[in-house]
Amino acid sequence: MNHTIHFTVNGEPFTLSVASHHTLLQVLREQLVLTGVKNGCEAGECGACTVLMNGEPVNSCLVLAPEADGATIVTVEGLAHDSQLDPLQEAFVAAGATQCGFCTPGILINSRALLDRNPDPTDAEIRAALVGNLCRCTGYIRIIDAVKAAAHAQREVQP
Amino acid sequence: MSQPAGKRTVIGASPPRIEGREKVTGAATYVDDMQFGPSLLHGALKRSPIAHGRIVRIDASRARALPGVRVVVTGEDFPGLTGLYLKDRRIFALDRVRSVGEAVAGVAADTPEIAAQALDLIEVEYEELPGVFDPEYGASPEAPIIHPELASYEVVPFVFPQPGTNISNWFKVRKGDMAQGWAEADLVYEHKYRVPHVQHVPLETHVCVAQQNVNGKITLWSSSQSPFAQRNLIAKALHIDHSRLRVITPYVGGGFGSKAGVSMEGAAVALAMHAKGRPVKLRMTREEEFHTTFVRQGLVAILKMGMTKDGRITAMHNRFYWDGGASTEYGVNITRAAGYSGTGPYYVPNIHVDSYCVYTNHPVGGAMRGFGMPEIHFGIEQHIDEMAHRLGLDPVEVRLKNCLKDGDETLTGMPMHPTGLSECIRKAAAAINWGQETVSYSSTKRHGKGLAAMWKAPAMPPNPGSSALVRLNEDGTATVSIGGVDIGQGALTAMAQFAAEGIGIRVEDVRVNTVDTDYSPYEWQTVASRLTWSMGNAVLRAADAARTQVLQAVAEAWDEDISDLDIVDGQVISYRSEESIPLKNICIDGVQRKDGTFVGGPVVAQGRFMPDYVTPLDPETGQGPRAVVHFTTGCQAVEVEVDTETGEVQVLKIVSAYDVGKAINPELVRTQMEGGAVQGLSTALLEGLILDHGVPRNPNFTDYRIATAVDAPLETENIIVEVPQDDGPFGARGVGEHPMVPTAPAIANAIYNAVGVRLDSMPLTSEKVWAALQNNDI
Repeated sequence: MNHTIHFTVNGEPFTLSVASHHTLLQVLREQLVLTGVKNGCEAGECGACTVLMNGEPVNSCLVLAPEADGATIVTVEGLAHDSQLDPLQEAFVAAGATQCGFCTPGILINSRALLDRNPDPTDAEIRAALVGNLCRCTGYIRIIDAVKAAAHAQREVQP
Repeated sequence: MSQPAGKRTVIGASPPRIEGREKVTGAATYVDDMQFGPSLLHGALKRSPIAHGRIVRIDASRARALPGVRVVVTGEDFPGLTGLYLKDRRIFALDRVRSVGEAVAGVAADTPEIAAQALDLIEVEYEELPGVFDPEYGASPEAPIIHPELASYEVVPFVFPQPGTNISNWFKVRKGDMAQGWAEADLVYEHKYRVPHVQHVPLETHVCVAQQNVNGKITLWSSSQSPFAQRNLIAKALHIDHSRLRVITPYVGGGFGSKAGVSMEGAAVALAMHAKGRPVKLRMTREEEFHTTFVRQGLVAILKMGMTKDGRITAMHNRFYWDGGASTEYGVNITRAAGYSGTGPYYVPNIHVDSYCVYTNHPVGGAMRGFGMPEIHFGIEQHIDEMAHRLGLDPVEVRLKNCLKDGDETLTGMPMHPTGLSECIRKAAAAINWGQETVSYSSTKRHGKGLAAMWKAPAMPPNPGSSALVRLNEDGTATVSIGGVDIGQGALTAMAQFAAEGIGIRVEDVRVNTVDTDYSPYEWQTVASRLTWSMGNAVLRAADAARTQVLQAVAEAWDEDISDLDIVDGQVISYRSEESIPLKNICIDGVQRKDGTFVGGPVVAQGRFMPDYVTPLDPETGQGPRAVVHFTTGCQAVEVEVDTETGEVQVLKIVSAYDVGKAINPELVRTQMEGGAVQGLSTALLEGLILDHGVPRNPNFTDYRIATAVDAPLETENIIVEVPQDDGPFGARGVGEHPMVPTAPAIANAIYNAVGVRLDSMPLTSEKVWAALQNNDI
């Protein structure tokens, strides 16, 4: 069975016919070709597919496509504005917080959600916020450093 | 312009990774992101539900009749054997299955849903056979034989199968006089250590797409560490010309060894050969990834050592029983590496090592970061610690006394090359204030410190080759083509640095291509921490050759000596005449002579490297002049907090110190150290595949936990030691795998230091710590 959904993705409105058993992850990757959203487990356990749904981070593999009707979605492709990278993106490159890069989009999105609700998180708050995002390469230390650096950079711009 | 020739501006600097921007914007393309349009077929594999049995009957007729099913293939369609070191494996099982999850048939269908339905319609009847689930038992004469055809398998000359048994490789070291070694010892201690199977857990599971065109040419887009090895093995297994198989590898979402060699990719190619030109995608689910591609082999290690009361090691008798799984095509070489490294990084005069690769009805073992070294060091480094304690000696001093120094003979009789091992041990110990009393702030939260040393050589055939191409473009930038893969370690960036340094341009002006075997030059595999050293040499030689092409043309046109010329930041300069010209003006069109004619032309240069000095070892004694190219050595020191009420272990600090020869990009080296340490921590404390008569019980992230952000140590310190490698580019040797080798024993030693319990099996779970504490009555 198919549903028609209306939703906004990275600032652009879309009307799509989606299979009712498909997930938001499938819709984003397969119908909108937003392949920055990664598929790591399809079980809500790794966080690679994290997107912002109405401002909250969700595992898009656990959201059925029809549930996205009316929602506002932000993927990693929507973090940069007018080719100006998000401070988190800048910080991840500078701090060496990405290696293979497969977990990076989900971690960036989750970090964005963290900084939106808490512009000055402690180390422990960053660790706790990212506990649902697995990374096998970096050991997380540089990721934590990058989120702190981005928070600092962001506060410098918008004190 | 007065910059002296040869001054290094790029080597030893830490430019950020060159593909970083793509990776943080979602623009980086991985195999699953590539678009193949609506003709794409979805592959799926029918897998054995039993660990060991005969295939009595396969009936795929109902699957073939299902609308939307385009291809169904079984073992009878592709009966050939394949494998990297030992050809003991088929793309699909034929006659017999040897592990749960082994592929018995493959389907390709219009949608993933139809493919899944088709799998259910394939009927397979098995006659179950008794299984082998323990390597010690598997090596015994009582065990059922899993590969009765072992004697007929094709094998490389340095692997020694024992037909009529389950032992697919037996590596022996016999050195010195054991009786004398035991006689000289004041303490002889024997103990058994166990390491379970673990999974690599790349965040991107194995995925590939295969397509055969009308001319019979096959393209394989593969998330792989080994595009060329895949081309070689699949071409041979399927009797395809190498030039008619093209492997393309874009960005890879982690490998850690799991994507070395071939695991599921042959099945995709097999399906594509029947798909009438349509591309076929095969992508592992997370559950499949956990046990059907490769796992790290399990190990039972029985170690016996002798030590004098002043801490000198007199003898080692070490037996390693490797749980190789249903196929050991790759695993045989892991057991060989364990054999020729089987003393750990120590000088030992009297040695008896047996490393047995044993077939079991467990998942297929393959390469994983460390290639046998994390497993053997888990026992060796605890054993030495325990013996030091029993003799009342300082474990750091014992290690310093026995660790290999320049010129010491290794266990295989090779003189040790210059190494910074002692320096690594000293620096790691100092960084955690070794010797200073730890302060525990609560009676139930006890702090402890521990340390472990390591060594590891690139484990590979004697002569794996690297090659590189450097082309200069109209704007003076360089395009570098290589056959090695950036799996996250930063190879693209390091190669850009070599090229920039070699040519004399900025690192920002170098592009490095990902691999396409039709256009990229040959590389053996992205394994063994060998790219910086081996491929780095090839890239540097190609860059030097490109530079020479430019300078020769300029020298002729300007009537100067080449030794007076240099390229600095993209400018060709003469130190003699002080003339200069931008590289971009001449690297395609050549240089104009005084008479108006031109010399030179498009700059295209090649470089290659292959070690030509590794010797065979005597099969009975393991002795030979040069077993390996080199050893990277190092040491980790950790501080832990153990909760005596719950058994929970928190790692507070990890110090890593490695002798990398020369750090080409120190920040990338440090990120390898840090990431490896946390992967080591994760395997030490959390990980183990639970196999119940061959059935994996925890193939998901809820039941098989890996370290998360809250498990990472509060503090890390990464120390680079640089004792140059004689044949490394600028002295470099590899460090990709090494950072997870000593982590588990260092943590185990710290737990002992904190609460006095010694854990001899991984993982070091809170349950085990707590239970041991109850027995210890601390």
